[in-house]
Amino acid sequence: MAKITLSKLRHSYLTTPKSDSDYALKEIDLDWTDGGAYALLGPSGCGKSTLLNIISGLLVPSEGQILFDGKDVTALPPDQRNIAQVFQFPVIYDTMTVYDNLAFPLRNRGRDEATVHQRVMAIAEMLEVTEMLEQKAAGLSPDNKQKISMGRGLVREDVNVVMFDEPLTVIDPHLKWKLRSKLKELHQRVKATMIYVTHDQTEALTFADQVVVMQLGEVVQIGTPVELFERPAHTFVGHFIGSPGMNILPCELQHGAAVFAGQQIALEGPIQGAAEGKTEIGIRPEFVSLADHGLPAIVTKVSDIGRHTVVECEAGGCRINAVTEGAAPGKGSAVHLAFRQDMTRLYVDGWLATAPANATGEQGAA
Amino acid sequence: MKTENQKAWFFVLPVLALVAFNALIPMMTVVNYSVQETFGDNVFFWQGLDWFQQILRSDRFHAALGRQFLFTFLILIIEVPLGIAIALSMPRKGFWVPVCLVLMALPMLIPWNVVGAMWNIFTLPDIGLLGYFLNHVLGISYDMTQNPIAAWVTIVTMDVWHWTSLVVLLSYAGLVSIPDAYYQAAKIDGASNWAVFRFIQLPKMKTVLTIAILLRFMDSFNIYTEPFVLTGGGPGNSTTLLSIDLVKIALGQFDLGPAAAMSLIYFAITLLVSWLFYTLMTKDDLN
Repeated sequence: MAKITLSKLRHSYLTTPKSDSDYALKEIDLDWTDGGAYALLGPSGCGKSTLLNIISGLLVPSEGQILFDGKDVTALPPDQRNIAQVFQFPVIYDTMTVYDNLAFPLRNRGRDEATVHQRVMAIAEMLEVTEMLEQKAAGLSPDNKQKISMGRGLVREDVNVVMFDEPLTVIDPHLKWKLRSKLKELHQRVKATMIYVTHDQTEALTFADQVVVMQLGEVVQIGTPVELFERPAHTFVGHFIGSPGMNILPCELQHGAAVFAGQQIALEGPIQGAAEGKTEIGIRPEFVSLADHGLPAIVTKVSDIGRHTVVECEAGGCRINAVTEGAAPGKGSAVHLAFRQDMTRLYVDGWLATAPANATGEQGAA
Repeated sequence: MKTENQKAWFFVLPVLALVAFNALIPMMTVVNYSVQETFGDNVFFWQGLDWFQQILRSDRFHAALGRQFLFTFLILIIEVPLGIAIALSMPRKGFWVPVCLVLMALPMLIPWNVVGAMWNIFTLPDIGLLGYFLNHVLGISYDMTQNPIAAWVTIVTMDVWHWTSLVVLLSYAGLVSIPDAYYQAAKIDGASNWAVFRFIQLPKMKTVLTIAILLRFMDSFNIYTEPFVLTGGGPGNSTTLLSIDLVKIALGQFDLGPAAAMSLIYFAITLLVSWLFYTLMTKDDLN
């Protein structure tokens, strides 16, 4: 187990990258603390798999360093880094039994059979696959195969980090949930650093203590699930996380106040820095409510999503979602929208530009 | 109660008709010859299983069968490992892939009799490139029309040259279907190159290799044109394989009855070996 540091890491798949856009990974500086559960979240092509392969050593970065506990491992091959990786499609050795599959990484490292046996039995019990040990691995169901490939990573006692590259892609929906909680449980038991790559926000938010959100080869925000939800550092995070995503409304600044559709909108706090460029108001649908006063809007669509109702409105040429409970007005009705002030952010060129009114984040008036 | 629909048989009928015309009917004429004796003029005498007994007891048949098995064994033991080795060393992606594939496919595109003629000229001691080089440059006495060993080396080399590509292409198809993740996982698991081959590549190639070996077995066991053009079965009878012997009996001596009996035995052996091999190789997949 180790602390992992990424220092000034950049990677391009081209041999002679010219512009910034030639880089699949733009400069990244990150610290992963020992024993943490991390998720790398982002849409396809955002560079998260590239980053994962750099950490595992399958890919050598164009620039920068990777340190495990302060030791430079940038040039080390995967087998010398003591890492484990679980892939999107379960990798198992078809001709071997489940037992031999789990024993494979240990035997390759020349451990004696007694140690191998003890480790395999311990891991098998942890993964609840003890009764399948004598079976040929080829005949297993996809979720059990994925468990076995996970087990091959965990079986080594000296593993620095276990990485998961969208491991639930091929798993049936009803088993996804089971396997996900199994993962969480495993993390608590083995206390290894775990990095989980996914484009599925539910998976990321339920698994990780810290979520790293990536877009176009850049880390946009690192935070706990709550932080990502409440204070997205970038409109991308606001939009990507949450269902429906954050409402992003283009606005104008007049005398330090945000104006949208002729209405002044109260922000959570003072604007930081020079607000030059594209200014937008960001507010989550959960913090928009239907009120007697406020921004006039027309309801364009109402969707009942179970416990809540998503009311889609139009105001000032923009679509604004509001999540409400209970009865919702019908389509076409005129309503007023109120924004919860402490949850109303201003974004300049996509980046968060407001700070909370005070450190404790006291709730403002709606 | 289980209901069964017999209508599906109608869909099999066209294939049955086709197979009847190109296989069953010609084969029945062979069966017809194999149990009769004729002196021409379309006059036939019932002979029972005499021809079969005669063939099965003849030293000539045993010798030809032995040579046939030896030939097939030799080419398989060379072509399969060589084919796998070449497939493993071929690039997986990039500019050289199509180049390699086309180069590999070239020998297979040459007609059998042309291959025979090419190698015949190639190995002539006085004017052939290889023959001249061996005899007059290296000073090794090499003449496949005189020396049985030279003749065997030549027909085996020729077959290896002509058909290793088939094993290469099929193995390669198996190899490229292996996802990168397998290699990456093996690297992380600390597997050696041999372990990667033994536990990833070989199992993934098993199906196509089974087909490749089966095809190479059947083709080499029934080979006729190339050795016929190259050596004509000589020197002496040293390269007279089953098919060459069969043609000698059927068309050289015009012994239709024994030739027909021999064809059926020949066919039965090919079928039996193929069936045994295929059953053994796919046994694991069934359970």
